[in-house]
Amino acid sequence: MTGESATPAMAGRVVRRVLTVFAPFVMLAGIWHFASRQLPDYLVPPLDRVFWRTLGIIIDFSLFKDVLATAGRIMAGLAGAFVIGGVFAILMHKSRRVEEFLGPILNFFQGIPALSWVVFAIIWFKHIEARILFIMVVTALPAFSFQILSALRAMSKDLVEMVLSFRPTRAKMFRMLVLPSILPEILTSWRVNIGNASRVVVVAELVGATGGVGYRLLEQQQLFDMAGALAWTLQLVFFVLITQKILNMIEAWAFKYRAQSERSL
Amino acid sequence: MRAAEIHFSKASKFFGDFCAVEELTLDIEKGEMAAVLGKTGCGKSTMFNMIAGLQDPTSGVVRVQGHDPFREFDWFRGKIAIVFQNDRLLPWRTAIQNVELGLEMLDRPAAERREKAMSWLSRLGLAGHENDYPHALSGGMRQRVSIARAFATDASILLCDEPFSALDEITANRLREEFATLVRQNKKAAVFITHSINEALSIGRRVIVLRRPARIALDERLPNVLTRDDADALRLRIQAILSESDRTIIS
Repeated sequence: MTGESATPAMAGRVVRRVLTVFAPFVMLAGIWHFASRQLPDYLVPPLDRVFWRTLGIIIDFSLFKDVLATAGRIMAGLAGAFVIGGVFAILMHKSRRVEEFLGPILNFFQGIPALSWVVFAIIWFKHIEARILFIMVVTALPAFSFQILSALRAMSKDLVEMVLSFRPTRAKMFRMLVLPSILPEILTSWRVNIGNASRVVVVAELVGATGGVGYRLLEQQQLFDMAGALAWTLQLVFFVLITQKILNMIEAWAFKYRAQSERSL
Repeated sequence: MRAAEIHFSKASKFFGDFCAVEELTLDIEKGEMAAVLGKTGCGKSTMFNMIAGLQDPTSGVVRVQGHDPFREFDWFRGKIAIVFQNDRLLPWRTAIQNVELGLEMLDRPAAERREKAMSWLSRLGLAGHENDYPHALSGGMRQRVSIARAFATDASILLCDEPFSALDEITANRLREEFATLVRQNKKAAVFITHSINEALSIGRRVIVLRRPARIALDERLPNVLTRDDADALRLRIQAILSESDRTIIS
């Protein structure tokens, strides 16, 4: 292919890609815009108002600190659940007895709705941050535990034997084999749990906090301000999109060793 | 009397009621290259795993250099190297990083690791591929990386579990010759498990034939130069033992 013909083809691919990414959002915005022309502002506010309210939150630190507080709570809760879940998973992987003991408890926890944990946390804890941290940890814990356990079980027995044949220390076994083997599942579990946690944190803040996106949403509901409610919701959506993008970048870096097929499924 | 490098004394291994190895008694001396032959399921791999310390005998004794390979886990670091049936390369490591694996376990300095690994890759014809990931290498190249990985630690005992069986005949023949030369040059005690009589006769200086459940049916030390007539006669004897083993199974 000549350079002249390659450039338009590449440009066409870029245009197609941009259209594919943005088309659903453009369509959604179009529908919203149409609805806002037909319905009262307090029900479906115009897009420009939502846009300026969203931007206002981002540029005004006194508001944006609530977004940061929520993001911090999500990350702290997930980090706590990940560490505890990781320890549980390793213990369950090592011992059938531990698995028989912890497995049913974690399954039981999975059946408890997030809202119930919010009520329990309000009754049990006085400190607001402790309440939210508890809710975040306890709701994400079963998923992390089972996902890491599944990753440990899926480790290649052949590779385990091979590394064991060199008689590694526990630390080296973990660094050289276990961690790289389970990393794909760990990143997937973070991807799934960030989405779930961003929904749970709103419920937790809505009921039991004096700051954060959930608390601000409650404020908007009391003011009957739909533009504000949308603007605060979008902050959380942006947070999830940014973290997913960061996870994508980590995956691209960590799994560069994987073969790329010229054809995809 | 000097202790054998690898010593089995009435070693048995059971998996539930199934007997994989039955009262195996065997000594392999330092510098000896023993080819172990037997049909599928005759307990070769179990015997191999017991030498490697990956499995513990149910009864009896297994000693390698006078130590228990299963219980004295740390003592054997750097003393036993294994070439497996498949390459078992870590997919997230490049060829040279895979060869460095055993040296990292021994806490060798980075420069020494790189130099040794590069030297083994070059010896096995893989210079220029050191930074390739396993998925970018052919089956033969990957197996050569795994051989380099085993030799790089300079372990005194080398265990090989049908290392060339997954390769095409031409690649397998070439690697077999390279491998035999490396073992002789480096004066290692080696146990080479194989299905192939020809491979056993071409590589081993001692041929051990196992019959289910891992009992010695033939243990023959070969002369340095094996005449064609002697090789044919031995081949026939081994074939007869293996056929008899088959008949026993069928009956």
